Amino acid sequence: MAQASGSSAGKSSFGRWGVHLAVLFFVVIWTIPTLGILVSSLRDKDQIIASGWWNSFFSSSQTQAGRLAPASAQQEKDGKFVIEGNIFETPGASQISAFGTRAQQPTAYEAGSVADLGDGETLQVNADGTYVHTSAKAFEGERGQRVYYASTVPPRFTTENYQTVLFSEGIGRSFLNSLTVTIPATVIPIMIAAFAAYALAWMRFPGRALLIAVIIGLLVVPLQMALIPLLEIYNGVGNLFGVPSKTYLGIWLAHTGFGLPFAIYLLRSYMAGLPRELMESARIDGASDFEIFMKIVLPLSFPVLASFAIFQFLWVWNDLLVAMVFLGSGNDQLVLTGRLNALLGSRGGDWEILTTSAFVTIIVPLIVFFSLQRYFVRGLLAGSVKGG
Amino acid sequence: MGAQIFSAVLAIVLGVGGCVVYFYGANKLVDIIFPSRGVSGAAAIDNLRRQGLIRPWLFIGPALLILTIYLIYPVVNTVITSFQNKAGEGFVGVANYQWALGDREFQNSIFNNLLWLLVVPAACTFLGLIIAVLTDKIWWGTIAKSLIFLPLAISFVGASVIWKFVYEYKGDGQVQIGILNAIVQGFGGAPQVWISMPFWNNFFLMVILIWIQTGFAMVILSSALRGIPEETLEAAVIDGANPFQIFWKIMIPQIWGTIMVVWTTITILVLKVFDIVLTMTNGQWNSQVLANLMFDWMFRGGGDFGRGAAIAVVIMLAVLPIMIWNIRQANKEGGL
Repeated sequence: MAQASGSSAGKSSFGRWGVHLAVLFFVVIWTIPTLGILVSSLRDKDQIIASGWWNSFFSSSQTQAGRLAPASAQQEKDGKFVIEGNIFETPGASQISAFGTRAQQPTAYEAGSVADLGDGETLQVNADGTYVHTSAKAFEGERGQRVYYASTVPPRFTTENYQTVLFSEGIGRSFLNSLTVTIPATVIPIMIAAFAAYALAWMRFPGRALLIAVIIGLLVVPLQMALIPLLEIYNGVGNLFGVPSKTYLGIWLAHTGFGLPFAIYLLRSYMAGLPRELMESARIDGASDFEIFMKIVLPLSFPVLASFAIFQFLWVWNDLLVAMVFLGSGNDQLVLTGRLNALLGSRGGDWEILTTSAFVTIIVPLIVFFSLQRYFVRGLLAGSVKGG
Repeated sequence: MGAQIFSAVLAIVLGVGGCVVYFYGANKLVDIIFPSRGVSGAAAIDNLRRQGLIRPWLFIGPALLILTIYLIYPVVNTVITSFQNKAGEGFVGVANYQWALGDREFQNSIFNNLLWLLVVPAACTFLGLIIAVLTDKIWWGTIAKSLIFLPLAISFVGASVIWKFVYEYKGDGQVQIGILNAIVQGFGGAPQVWISMPFWNNFFLMVILIWIQTGFAMVILSSALRGIPEETLEAAVIDGANPFQIFWKIMIPQIWGTIMVVWTTITILVLKVFDIVLTMTNGQWNSQVLANLMFDWMFRGGGDFGRGAAIAVVIMLAVLPIMIWNIRQANKEGGL
């Protein structure tokens, strides 16, 4: 038998290597996109556009243009006119490998060599950026000679992007707004759903079967169906009492409503699976339903409560649609997903801003996900396998 | 900012505290009004019966109230609104649906949604199944699964930024910073603006959802595969079945129910897909889908609630068969 079961998993070592390689292939494909923004968010913003992020660990070579000092800086030495200086504003950051004076041939001369520019003019540019420009005649004009050069820039990683997005792009404030929306919207439905789930699982009353069917039906109702009437109600309530219609209270309740069918469904199927004897012996001892729920069912249901809490947290944190409809777009109400969406419009090509902001928005779900993966998977299995 | 934190904390305290007070108080009240202790036997039995009639509704009441306000009433109301005009007042018959049928953007959305429905659930389930089978055979399978599962925690907007960076385009001959164009250029091809190629851009957007959802399919299917009784596989091996026969004829039939569940779950998600299209293209270059079109009509030029509602109803109609199937399934399993 051992021999037989061995063959089902692929008996040749070739096959086994194939499995490893195939899985590795999938893992690489699935990880690379996220890795791209993580690496880019830590890169210098000039380097992000100069080379692909996968090259970020190597020195990048780029061709740039600069200008020498203007004629006013010239000095007369040994009958020649000389301009000296450094091409780099901050010397030492990069190394020049070649230079030239024409855009068509930006790397005509090697660094350190003396280029003959004709008419008695010479130019020497060294690797560190220092240059000597000499001429037999006096230099003229207000602008200095244009120079092209290829420089190699060593890899530079920085947390500057994070400082920028957190403090001046509003991501920091939106982070706080997201927390403000998410935590109450996660906590409030739990108790409400738990009581309802207990009633649907362990109490007998007319209409119970219908209610369960309604809740299973509501599980798949598209959110879109609820938006227009709710928006009208919110506007109506706002006008009636003279309060703003877009408030945190409004979105907490909305998320509670949208999360309830799944919460009740998940908790009910778990509670219904608890041993019947437990309830019955407690009932014989004179415990009421309320006491059974509080003292027996609730503590035993901790794992599934945790599962739901994680789901709801991730769902609310990652939501864009509900936030766009029920919250304003002002600084004090814009959540992370909304801010990221706005940045995609306004800072479309600024990848240092976008990658960093994206990473800030996904960091919390990733932490939650990795630390509580066990509960998350359990909820996923209970929520979809049993009833679909 | 301080007020905001304070109000959030207050909401948690009031929310949880309110629940406790309501449930405890209502429960106590029933006990006081219909006492079952300290009264004569017959009266006690009578009162217990009354308690049994009332108490379930006390437990379920708050949930029912919220569900009614936030889901049941809006669903009914949306259907009504879809027969009304722009402002959601005057009755206009089926004009909104007629408009939709003739609208080029709506037709395009229907076409794209069908494309999404054909590709995404199939791709997720297929890839999820393959990865589940493969990772079960190797020692680092758990780590591999975690990494493939990870995108499920990322928001659609975050994922859109991630993939926009993958698809980033710079002119031909320039340094490509998007990895896809870098690869294309590395093989000597010309870089493309992937998300603005009509028709094909749909697939580049679908990749994002597939990337997110494959992990979901994988986890569910992996657990179903583990549930297959060992004996059935061993019997097949003894009968001389090769690995492919075992996979197609022994494993697949046994997890078919789970495959359907995964398929339908992702199908529902696909019908509601909104964020990805909004952030990647906002429906430009013929990539519009129903959910985004609906959002568009809610707010476009002050909003046309009638048309928006009509589009929402179309999405709902597409979900309806799955909803009925779900309820039947739960009924069969004795859940009701």
